[in-house]
Amino acid sequence: MAKVLMKGNEAMALAAIKGGCDAFFGYPITPQNELPEYLSKHMKENGRVFVQAESEVAAINMVYGAGGSGARVLTSSSSPGIALKQEGISYLAGSEVPCVIINVMRGGPGLGGIQPAQSDYMQITRGGGNGDYHTLAFAPENLQETVDIIKESFTLADEYRNPVMIAADGLLGQMMEPVDLERSSNVKEAPLKPWAATGESGKRGHRNKIVSLFLDPNDLEDHNLKLQKKYNRMIDEQQRFEMIHTEDAEIVFVAYGSMARIARSAIETLREKGIKVGMIRPISIWPFPEKAFENLPKSVHTLLTLEMSLGQMIEDVKIVNQGRYKLDFFGRTGGVVPEPEEIVEKVLAMKEGAN
Amino acid sequence: MDTTTVYKPGKGLTDRKLSYCPGCTHGIIHKLVGEVLEEKNLIDNAIGVASVGCSVMSYEFFNCDMHQAAHGRAPAVATGAKRVREDKTVFTYQGDGDLASIGLAEIVHAAHRGENITVIFVNNAIYGMTGGQMAPTTLIGQKTTTSPFGREKAQAGEPLRISELLATVPGATYLERVSVHDPKHVKKAKKAIEKAFEVQEKKQGFSLIEFISTCPVQWGIQPYEATRWAVDNMIPYFPLGVFKDARGGETDE
Repeated sequence: MAKVLMKGNEAMALAAIKGGCDAFFGYPITPQNELPEYLSKHMKENGRVFVQAESEVAAINMVYGAGGSGARVLTSSSSPGIALKQEGISYLAGSEVPCVIINVMRGGPGLGGIQPAQSDYMQITRGGGNGDYHTLAFAPENLQETVDIIKESFTLADEYRNPVMIAADGLLGQMMEPVDLERSSNVKEAPLKPWAATGESGKRGHRNKIVSLFLDPNDLEDHNLKLQKKYNRMIDEQQRFEMIHTEDAEIVFVAYGSMARIARSAIETLREKGIKVGMIRPISIWPFPEKAFENLPKSVHTLLTLEMSLGQMIEDVKIVNQGRYKLDFFGRTGGVVPEPEEIVEKVLAMKEGAN
Repeated sequence: MDTTTVYKPGKGLTDRKLSYCPGCTHGIIHKLVGEVLEEKNLIDNAIGVASVGCSVMSYEFFNCDMHQAAHGRAPAVATGAKRVREDKTVFTYQGDGDLASIGLAEIVHAAHRGENITVIFVNNAIYGMTGGQMAPTTLIGQKTTTSPFGREKAQAGEPLRISELLATVPGATYLERVSVHDPKHVKKAKKAIEKAFEVQEKKQGFSLIEFISTCPVQWGIQPYEATRWAVDNMIPYFPLGVFKDARGGETDE
């Protein structure tokens, strides 16, 4: 199919429908409103469920009920709204209920602002809710990658019986880009869900319970060990990243999402000046793509982490770096989207400092 | 010797031993809900939502598919389940701390949307599971672990009447407050549960049955005194009766 020009939030919504989303529950918040607005029209047309909840808290619990009863479910929000959803996300993970959550990130903390940011990295990758749990989290760079990943996320959520988080930002949500919604992606029909509370205990011959409560500490530990095995499987199977001009690079950027997009322009400019820079672009931010750092060429001496925050992913870079390379950081925050020139200047200043 | 079966447990509840204290009416209410679901042939196709509090374990007792919801969120969980399983009977089972305090937004908005679900609301005027703290439903003067001098209006307001409150919500279809303190009232309570599930079967919208319940352990009185205390103190403030009946068509009153 030919590409169509779409606004990011609407493309994400349509991608969810293409991915097999049966039901959406959400609450208005800027800058993601076009996503539920689009679905309020098109879910109904497709005979699917759309509910505007009374709050983010209610929305994520509706996701829990619908996902636990076997449907493919989506919710979307932006940073403060995702904070409110954390209780439900912890329950979803604990009860192993699949779902997809889109976070169109904006600046924080608190009410913050409504401009694009990446300051929810910790919240997303560390699990903002209580308990030992993880959500698969993908941070696409452009709209095509965003729609491909959203389509696939419903399949992945079902396969792992786990929430999948899309770390988008206000830039991806508000921009327009041509996208091909039919491009092949790992999208499978919803599998049978013999574990789900579908209201068919008679037909099934036994009851299903969607529960995260284990009053005996040994049972709860066993449950956590079982979850941990799954998380380890995700770490093995779902590290996704792109290597850009790392083959001869001396300075390697580490950047994801919109920041990676900006960094691409900076790489071009710097390479024109003869400065050998490259980039590791994490596509999965949980699991963090440690594999990307395994076989960097000998030419590399510095990893420069770039974020639209004051430094959150850099902690993962520090963990994976194990002291091998010099580390540096550049970030803007609060909704300020840096110009490629700012990154170029940062690199030039680094070179200056080194000489 | 010939034996005659005079009573056997129904199919509506599992054979798990109930976790409730002597003198608490959760057991009676569970039994009534289980009986209605069995008698109406709904149990095999039902989805229940347990809440947080003493009834947290109810997912082990109702003999159907169950969700265990976060504190107060059962109506939202039930909304999600019902919207994707419209042909199933969906109910929540919630106490007064869960429903009237932390879950007030969820219950009001589930009623407001006219969700086609049934809510079993058990009001014993206290937080039982957490150790007897004051609830929104705690009576004026009632001593709890967080109102040690008795609930004071000036400090904590007057108890919230949920059925009356929800009666002002346009989307609610059937609201009734019942008690299970004697056999006559138990029978009446069962009738109310039947009506509530019939509302759902007929896709008429939101139904809630509020039960006046007891908590001898946290009230600090004997089980036999608890029933009397509920009748003497709770029912005058939380009167029994139908607070909303918007079923339309034939009614049975």
